[in-house]
Amino acid sequence: MAWAASNAAKTVAATANRPLIVLRGIAKRYSNGTTAVTGLDLDLHAGEFVSLLGPSGCGKSTVLRMIAGLGEPSAGSIDWPTSDHDAHGRPLRDVGFVFQEATLMPWATAQQNVMLPLTLKKVATREAAARAQAALAAVGLDSFRRAYPRELSGGMKMRVSIARALVTEPKVLLLDEPFAALDEITRQKLNDDLLALWAKAGFTVLFVTHSVFESVYLSQRVMVMAARPGRVIADVAIDAPLVRDASFRTSPHYAASCRAVSAKLVEAIAA
Amino acid sequence: MTDTLVPAPLRQAAPLADGTDAEARPVFAEQRRWLGLTATGWQKILAPIAIGLIVLALWEFIVRQAGIPYYILPGPLRIFTTLIADWGTLSGSLWITLQITGLALLAAVLVGGALSILFTQSKWLEYSLFPYAIVLQVTPIVAIAPLIIIWVNDTLLSLLICAWIVAFFPILSNTILGLNSADHNLINLFQLYGASRWQMLRYLRLPAALPYFLGGLRISGGLALIGAVVAEFVAGSGGTASGLAFRILEAGYQLKIPRMFAALAMVSGAGIVIFLVLSLISHLLLRRWHESAIRREN
Repeated sequence: MAWAASNAAKTVAATANRPLIVLRGIAKRYSNGTTAVTGLDLDLHAGEFVSLLGPSGCGKSTVLRMIAGLGEPSAGSIDWPTSDHDAHGRPLRDVGFVFQEATLMPWATAQQNVMLPLTLKKVATREAAARAQAALAAVGLDSFRRAYPRELSGGMKMRVSIARALVTEPKVLLLDEPFAALDEITRQKLNDDLLALWAKAGFTVLFVTHSVFESVYLSQRVMVMAARPGRVIADVAIDAPLVRDASFRTSPHYAASCRAVSAKLVEAIAA
Repeated sequence: MTDTLVPAPLRQAAPLADGTDAEARPVFAEQRRWLGLTATGWQKILAPIAIGLIVLALWEFIVRQAGIPYYILPGPLRIFTTLIADWGTLSGSLWITLQITGLALLAAVLVGGALSILFTQSKWLEYSLFPYAIVLQVTPIVAIAPLIIIWVNDTLLSLLICAWIVAFFPILSNTILGLNSADHNLINLFQLYGASRWQMLRYLRLPAALPYFLGGLRISGGLALIGAVVAEFVAGSGGTASGLAFRILEAGYQLKIPRMFAALAMVSGAGIVIFLVLSLISHLLLRRWHESAIRREN
């Protein structure tokens, strides 16, 4: 497949250069004294699909939020070496964020919800509408533009949420256990669709999950985290081909990778 | 048996591009309608009307059977004929009462809405001023109305102020609650895209507060009417304005009891109409998205 090759080439080219996001010695302590994360290092290269896997309470969502700029780390640095910076020296983070729940505005239609990031960036309404329609079409919801969130199923709401995150064509897509509340069939479908979108658009993905199978199926790299305090204990490369479909789920390669990651997760829980 | 119909928009949307789980979309069953209303719709209208008619008939029957004189308790028929006969005077008074109520409600919406937005923008303002809003709310209007009537020369304006004091608090406290109850993840999302304070208010806090505001508005509508009537009672015949409360007092002094009841019926009627109008506005604004305005599907 052409897109797979082009994305692979992009990844290789980018890896040779500086990474897109560099986290060094990240720690997060809350005011009540709990330490959510400590001594966390992470490099994210352009075009990569990386998963953060760990038991609940290991601080993986905290890391994701700090990368998005929702909350500052207590120690350490988050650098965007290849991005532009504003007058105060803060990086212009170019991210889309997908929350665990769809987090849509119930008073707005699917299209208005997807338009929101553009509206907030003061993009002209006509252009914003056109781009929102394109984004909805990309997630297969072309005919549901005028539907309100309550008229959509859980999977469709999550598609709207993904369309909203992608409508600004961000460099990085951050997903915080996005499919955890969905049924298995919908979840697999959304996994495949997310991979297809990633392959086509070539953005970088950091995907937080607590499912070994999901992380192995989707990612090129799985970072396994341990809890209390949250830290990375393993970085497992899943060097399977980029084209992944139902046949990958039954391949010995998939089974082996799942075993390897599971073993690390057991270590993480015991640690 | 009710037919189960698939609404037209769903039928059109049936053939879908691969990759949607449209099957998971709920199919809404439509109930059969008579003259545009469903069985439950008719039930809602006819049941209270039936109860009203039964009570009125019983009232008329008891008054006639027991031979109660009309200056003690007039029957509904006599009240109704008085209402027709005195319509000229009473409708003028109704108009004045409605004007005071409407203006007081408008002022309550404007001041209550503006204050709640100010309070949520600055905690400092909220902490320093909100206790005084509560003081205004808990002080009985009957106690402060005489003062206001003395201080303010214009009677209509003093009545308006009294009605406003009674009406504005539910709007204020409900709207504050609404403005503060926006989804936290949506607030995060707005921050992520660098939303300004104004954008946060315009696109997130105000729409989220709308159902709460409308709930407050429905309470305030009735309270504005009560405030207008109570204040006029306190002002008594001293004022030049002559709303329905003045007519009730006047009829009482003159022992025109049927007329008193007619004016009372008009106050109640006005209250019911105000409630229905505000409920309709609320329904029209929320019907597409808010749980309160949506019929349960099971």
